[in-house]
Amino acid sequence: MSLQPVKFYQTGTFTVGNRLLDESMRAVQANMTRTNSLNSGHRACQGCGEALGARYAIDAAMRAAKNRLIAANATGCLEVFSTPYPETSWQIPWMHSVFANAASVATGIAAALKVKKKNDVRVIAQGGDGGTTDIGFACLSGMFERNDDVLYICYDNEAYMNTGVQRSSATPPGARTATTPAVGPHPGNPFGTGKNLPLIAMAHQIPYVATASIANLHDLEAKVEKAMGIRGARYIHIYVPCPLGWGSLPSDTMKVARLAVESGLFPLFEAEHGEITSRIPIRRKVPVEEYLKLQRRFAHLFGEDRTAIRMIQEIADRNIAKFGLEEK
Amino acid sequence: MLQQIEGSRAVALGVALCRPEVICAYPITPQTHIVEALGEMVKKGELENCEYINVESEFAALSVSIGASAAGARSYTATASQGLLYMAEAVYNAAGLGLPIVMTIGNRAIGAPINIWNDHSDSMALRDAGWIQLYAETNQEALDLHIQAFRLAEALSCPVMVCVDGFILTHAYERIEVPDAKAVDEFLPPFEPVQVLDCDDPVSIGAMVGPEAFMEVKYLQHHKQIRALELIPAIADEFSKKFGRQSGGLVKPYRIEDAETIVVALGSVNGTIKDVVDEMRREGHLIGSLAIASFRPFPLKEARSALEKAKRVVVIEKSLSVGLGGPLSDGVRKSLSGIAMKGHTVIAGLGGRAITGKSLKDLFLKAERNELELLNFLDLDWKIVNQQIDRERETRRSGPIAENILKSIGTVASRIA
Repeated sequence: MSLQPVKFYQTGTFTVGNRLLDESMRAVQANMTRTNSLNSGHRACQGCGEALGARYAIDAAMRAAKNRLIAANATGCLEVFSTPYPETSWQIPWMHSVFANAASVATGIAAALKVKKKNDVRVIAQGGDGGTTDIGFACLSGMFERNDDVLYICYDNEAYMNTGVQRSSATPPGARTATTPAVGPHPGNPFGTGKNLPLIAMAHQIPYVATASIANLHDLEAKVEKAMGIRGARYIHIYVPCPLGWGSLPSDTMKVARLAVESGLFPLFEAEHGEITSRIPIRRKVPVEEYLKLQRRFAHLFGEDRTAIRMIQEIADRNIAKFGLEEK
Repeated sequence: MLQQIEGSRAVALGVALCRPEVICAYPITPQTHIVEALGEMVKKGELENCEYINVESEFAALSVSIGASAAGARSYTATASQGLLYMAEAVYNAAGLGLPIVMTIGNRAIGAPINIWNDHSDSMALRDAGWIQLYAETNQEALDLHIQAFRLAEALSCPVMVCVDGFILTHAYERIEVPDAKAVDEFLPPFEPVQVLDCDDPVSIGAMVGPEAFMEVKYLQHHKQIRALELIPAIADEFSKKFGRQSGGLVKPYRIEDAETIVVALGSVNGTIKDVVDEMRREGHLIGSLAIASFRPFPLKEARSALEKAKRVVVIEKSLSVGLGGPLSDGVRKSLSGIAMKGHTVIAGLGGRAITGKSLKDLFLKAERNELELLNFLDLDWKIVNQQIDRERETRRSGPIAENILKSIGTVASRIA
């Protein structure tokens, strides 16, 4: 009798089922010892992808660091919704300085720990896409090239959400934001703009770069854990839908995140010292329309002229070819 | 130990004696020699237990210092001019968070037009950021003030800028008494932070504060500076007892007892002013001077008691509050509230223009004759200024101002009166 390989997918959701896994392989969040580092009671919107991503990422980092973790935070939604004075949701030592300097502040914390010989304490920096890919980019690049002992986590919701949904360099082509309105002959964010920060991080030859999604929380936790096992500059770029900014239903946050991965628009991969070392193949490829149609920020693309959707499909197809995302 | 050294090296030696644990370095003239010297000391192992970080900008330099200070390390950086403006947001942040960072400013002009020479435009631009600002008169004082600055910063948990005139002090070789390491250790205890990022006692630093408490937090910054008005002279006295020389303090009066004219200034120009005061005293003029050593907090009471009996005050400013006058005059005038006397603002030495004894003497004599205006520009070449004003009146496309002025002068701008 030949053995049949078991796939741990729950029907319909495509999420790996915790209950089917060995205890040691279950999610940090499924464990009673999780630290709730970003505690409940904060003021994130319903369906906030960033709050979910941060919760999973930081708890996983805490487990990996044996609860010896300090975080530096850029200005942005995460900072604002988690710490309105005199309340704080952070159960770990946490610091916010200004918008652009989270990576530098983390460098300073790491330097202080080094000089004080507290080698067991680890440092993370975190920010949104604006604080990472735009205003914080110089500090981030400096932290990377010095190979400072910091894990930087970017929660990418593809625009400046805290200030009311303005375009960032992580905003995808075609998307409507408050500063790329859906008007005129070329509505939304122009094609041919923007930057891919994970690839730029890789160009610094740092020890570890990964992309992750809240649609695959097991993978997200595993990548954080792996990153925490390495010393030097590390970068994880986490895809986090924003119902308010994207015009999607709060109940669709996970679905939107999953469709971004399955359409090929957000490839999941890891890289070490500038070389891609793993990728998560797409199990069920979906056309980009399925992803786009759930979000009002793309609603204007569904008129008579579907050129923009075809161009977005081409981006997805190029990603699939480039990163080798077809399941073999 | 006596050494014949450059001002920047004296500052670096002073900083090293304070055992900084994190130093952030980014080059900008005229401050660069300071961080170069410190880098060499760390690399050679002469300065131990210190992380020396080559950062990518001044904004990062202070941001790294902020993180390091919040994690409990004694943190230091240095900058000047454009660099100070580039880090402006972090300057305010460090003060708002109450982090006792010490930063040297190698005072330099701010462009445009770009200019690397000395004036006080840089530190004056950040005068209200919540940092204590001390101004060094000599290289010896520049060294000594850094030792006092760490003590003061950590006592109050408030950042301190030590302002050292670029080139005039930073690049001048003078005989310097370098204090004994043991004496500095006795004077400056190890850094004990009032707040620290600690896994065993987690806190959130830098939380968002709304209208319900923001004013209170800001008032508490002001309160620290009020406390500094007592601490600065106390620390200077203790320093004097320990090291045998007077450095720092709030104000430094010179021959003011019966003075009818008192000249007020910040930093190294006080040396020239005192020479002129001596010369004029010999000739029978009733003149004295007052160096303001602490600009933030501003010593209103001490300035008033030094100036109140004079007939006139002449404030020499190395910074122009465009559209008004000078920032030092604002403080001096406030200190003299309700006292009727003439107050003159003299903008001098911008962009490294030499402030000569001759020009100062002419100026003070003019003040005595009551011929000095409210606002004056020392040694301004009115001819080329008026040429440019005429040019702009006559031609719409009059071109770049700096280029026109240089053309008017006819040579590279190296002329010193």
